[in-house]
Amino acid sequence: MELDVVLLSRLQFALTVMVHYLFPPLSIGLGAQMVMTEAIYLRTGDRRWESLARFWTRLFAVNFAVGVATGIVMEFEFGTNWATYSRFVGDVFGSALASEGIFAFFLESGFLAVLVFGWDRVGKRMHFFATLMVFLGSVFSSVWIVIANSWMHTPTGFHIVERGGGPRAEIVDFWAMVFNPSSMHRLGHVLLGAFILGAFFTMSICAFYVLRDRHQELARRGFKLGLAFAAVSSLLMLVSGHSQAVALAHNQPAKLAAFEGHFHTGEGATDLYVMGWPDEASETVSFGVAMPGMLSFLVYGDDTPVAGLDQTPPEDRPPVLVPFVTYHVMVGLGMGFIGLTLLGLFLWWRGQLFERRWLLWVFVGAVILPYVANQAGWVATEVGRQPWIVYGLLRTSDAVSRSVPGEQVLGSIALFSFIYLALMALWVFVMNEKIKHGPDEPPAEEAGPKGERGSLLDAASGLAEPSRGLMSEDEP
Amino acid sequence: MSGLQILWFVILGVLLAGYAILDGFDLGVGVLHLFARGDRERRLTINSIGPLWDGNEVWLVTFGGALFAAFPEAYATILSAMYLPVIVLLFSLIGRAISIEFRSKRPSRAWRTYWDVSFSLSSAVVVLVFGVAAGNAIAGIPLDADAEYAGGLLDLFGVYPLTVGAFAVATAAMHGAIFLYLKTEGELQARVRGWMWRSFFVFLALYALTTGLTPVYAPHAFDNFEHWPAAWIVVALNVLAVANIPRAIHHGRPTYAFVSSCCTIAALVFLFGMALFPNLVVSSTDAPSLTVASAASSETTLKLMAYIAAIGAPLVMTYTGIVYWVFRGKVRLTKESY
Ligand code: HDD
Ligand code: HEM
Ligand code: HEM
Repeated sequence: MELDVVLLSRLQFALTVMVHYLFPPLSIGLGAQMVMTEAIYLRTGDRRWESLARFWTRLFAVNFAVGVATGIVMEFEFGTNWATYSRFVGDVFGSALASEGIFAFFLESGFLAVLVFGWDRVGKRMHFFATLMVFLGSVFSSVWIVIANSWMHTPTGFHIVERGGGPRAEIVDFWAMVFNPSSMHRLGHVLLGAFILGAFFTMSICAFYVLRDRHQELARRGFKLGLAFAAVSSLLMLVSGHSQAVALAHNQPAKLAAFEGHFHTGEGATDLYVMGWPDEASETVSFGVAMPGMLSFLVYGDDTPVAGLDQTPPEDRPPVLVPFVTYHVMVGLGMGFIGLTLLGLFLWWRGQLFERRWLLWVFVGAVILPYVANQAGWVATEVGRQPWIVYGLLRTSDAVSRSVPGEQVLGSIALFSFIYLALMALWVFVMNEKIKHGPDEPPAEEAGPKGERGSLLDAASGLAEPSRGLMSEDEP
Repeated sequence: MSGLQILWFVILGVLLAGYAILDGFDLGVGVLHLFARGDRERRLTINSIGPLWDGNEVWLVTFGGALFAAFPEAYATILSAMYLPVIVLLFSLIGRAISIEFRSKRPSRAWRTYWDVSFSLSSAVVVLVFGVAAGNAIAGIPLDADAEYAGGLLDLFGVYPLTVGAFAVATAAMHGAIFLYLKTEGELQARVRGWMWRSFFVFLALYALTTGLTPVYAPHAFDNFEHWPAAWIVVALNVLAVANIPRAIHHGRPTYAFVSSCCTIAALVFLFGMALFPNLVVSSTDAPSLTVASAASSETTLKLMAYIAAIGAPLVMTYTGIVYWVFRGKVRLTKESY
């Protein structure tokens, strides 16, 4: 049987990049929380914020390590599996990737050492600086990688030449490449997605401690900080997502049509499906609930019809079902985050935030949702770009490595699946251990009067727990 | 061949040397890790590289990015030709990162032993694959007319590449042992001294073997010395650096030994570049090799990247300096340690 190398390589890429993207958004988002927590500590000198910052750092380190491990795979996979693509785009794409190494990864990983191991080696200002640099480094890395990726969606600033037996894209205008029509929209969106995740992550853990009556003082503070940040980010997300969709109507109309399940252009204002199930064979949307004229209104502000898939030649059309579903999941969750965080803010204002136990339980579980939204967003974008790997220029089916036999790709997928499953299981396990262990309470004399009860209780239960009392030296 | 193309060949050499020297010692510590006895010693060996290994690995990532940007054809050909070895390399890099990170997270003996073995094994495999890749690069691989790899998996594991692979492992072990000697004290340090000596002799033997095999398997590797006889100076310096290692160890000057082993590695990378230039991928068939000129990106990109490198290099030096300064001195186990 002839193995389909294109399909296998796509599967492998989807698998490895989706697993990678479980970790970066948390590194970025948790990094933002750490910067704020430590900044508050520096300003107020309140040791409770320091305890919290130290605790986040420990979780951050685990996540970061897995992010790095899975990221290195990505760096080389373009060459192993997509050699033809690499030859085609290297001139343009490579510079963004190399910039990422020079400007972002060195910054991140250098200061990471100070952040994680330097608490007692450097002063607190220097430590704060290191935290800030790690955060900035992770933001820079998203800048460069998102620029590289956006260029694949909306290529600009290049020309095509014939070289070495095939066409090659060569850069003519670096800044046009960097500020290609989608890069800045998408960068903002990706960062907000990471911020939302980071905030929901800290809220989930803090809510759990509040419910279990552990570390009350720390947890309540951490929760409020996360909540405020999540609310702002979620609201901005709506603005950012909307501007993306508008830009999409101009840059990649076929993708937007796929997102919306919009098969036939028709006349007059275009409807917007709030939900539904598109059927590609019959080109209809079943079970659709539509808002009349809404898509035209959102994109153009009037009733100009939005281009449907029929405007694109059949061989250039993306699949519809997957982009439609993932896009709607993302947008739906985005609305959900707005609702949930506004509700939280309202109760905070009424002073009842920590009395609604059910709501806290919702927040404990809700950390899954931003993960889903982030993954869904990427799947929608990337599948919506198909059949192109570089939009309008190079087809995915022409991009694979020609010298790699299908069996080897199959073998590597099997190995990746196995290792990544183990990796994710370990991540969950170790995170869970650390969360169960919890932050170390600040020295009792400095904690406020209300902190005492929690910290005494905790000290007692901590001693009773062998993994903490006896092995604390082993607990990084 | 333009000046910029040569400049980028040199920059890649510098990145590779930086990677080999820096990650070299932490990989070497990994190779030796299982010789450490008991949990405390093993924690000490891991924590000697604890704050440093991640930053060291970024040299590899940047090397990869720079190769992609400056010589995309070579990036594509090498990585797709060596598909399975590269995948194994990536798995080993994952395994290593994870072992370091997770090892001390649980008190259980079995848990720790498992990660100790995984750390050591993956470190050795990483270096081995790099060595095999270097061996293949020097000896040449079968290419077709489109500069795509035309051989099979087993063609990559000839005698010569495997010898270079073993040589690389020995070099890393020696380099790592000297580093560990600098970082430790007391009983552990006394034993590390023994590791230093033994790995040095293995290194020396494999060095001789590799040098002996090179004219047989890769006669073209010496062509450049005819054009630039001055390059023999580097060979002479290399010999001096190698000779200085046992001398410095003997006189109880481990810092000098470490500097010497850094110089040795830098010289080896230089010789590797000499063996390749002006090729990036040597073809062992009639098809033309991929050369610095034929694999390069456009001049615009190379120039742009040169600016990026010029801005980035001082920054990178600064961060690296800060981190090595903050974590100077002997390893201590603290609450934050692995
Ligand atoms: C939005 C952000 C984002 C996206 C879309 C990607 N990454 Fe990533 N990457 C990061 C954000 C990030 C990060 C936040 O900088 C990481 C993740 C975990 C970490 O802790 O650092 C990282 C780590 C990381 C590393 C290891 C860096 C090191 O050694 O310190 C490499 C080589 C890559 N990534 C490469 C890639 C490639 C080739 C991608 C595209 C397919 C990619 N990443 C997608
Ligand atoms: C990190 C978040 C990302 C996720 C979750 C993601 C997801 C995906 C998925 C699901 C596919 C398979 C689509 C298909 O085959 O139909 C894909 C393909 C691809 N993406 Fe992304 N992507 C991400 C980021 C990136 C970035 C940053 C780049 C480039 C810099 C990139 C480049 C590619 C390439 C080269 C392919 C292969 C072509 C293909 O299989 O279609 N992706 N991605
Ligand atoms: C609130 C409503 C939202 C709207 C209207 C929206 C809109 C969009 C659009 C149109 C794209 C495709 C952009 C392109 O292909 O150029 C996109 C991509 C994406 N979305 Fe959303 N989004 C929303 C919420 C969210 C949320 C809450 C998250 C995550 C927490 C998220 C994460 C992503 C990601 C990771 C991508 C892929 C990267 C990119 O192309 O920017 N989105 N979104």
